[in-house]
Amino acid sequence: MSDNPAFEQIKKDVAENDVVLFMKGSPAFPQCGFSATVVQVLNHVGVKFKGVNVLESMELRQGVKEFSNWPTIPQLYVKGEFVGGCDIIREMFQTGELQTLLKEKGVDAAA
Amino acid sequence: MAMDSGEIERLIKEAFPDAKVTIEDLAGDGDHYAAHVISEAFKGKSRVQQHQMVYKALQGRMGNQLHALALQTGVPA
Repeated sequence: MSDNPAFEQIKKDVAENDVVLFMKGSPAFPQCGFSATVVQVLNHVGVKFKGVNVLESMELRQGVKEFSNWPTIPQLYVKGEFVGGCDIIREMFQTGELQTLLKEKGVDAAA
Repeated sequence: MAMDSGEIERLIKEAFPDAKVTIEDLAGDGDHYAAHVISEAFKGKSRVQQHQMVYKALQGRMGNQLHALALQTGVPA
């Protein structure tokens, strides 16, 4: 992996927070429909998460794509592991896989 | 910054000759598509891996020329 300075920041975020959502905008003010969809899913499942606004830094916005080898934003990480983008999170939510994953990883979700 | 559905289908079929590909234009702007890709190549792969395989087939256009591609992947029934 290239030593992109943003990698340190990403590694820190995903290590220090159980659930991290790299998104466009913030959880309170998502600035992209796909990011907003994932925020809604996480709120619906009732899991606490850290929202990271990639629009604040081009380095972070490109870095997170390299870090996970995933070309788009949003990107969800649970316990340091890349889970997926909007399509995958929505599909996992509908099938209940997301709730199962959170339980398996010991992340408490209110729902 | 746009692509036409024929090109998306061609690139995917190039990488997955056996694939059954259906492309839907979500917004008519050449930037927002939904694609459903069924191929043997996905067997045993996680969803993330399957989607990454399709993004690779698009040779870097995903997130560049192509802003949004709602992907659904699977193996033949």
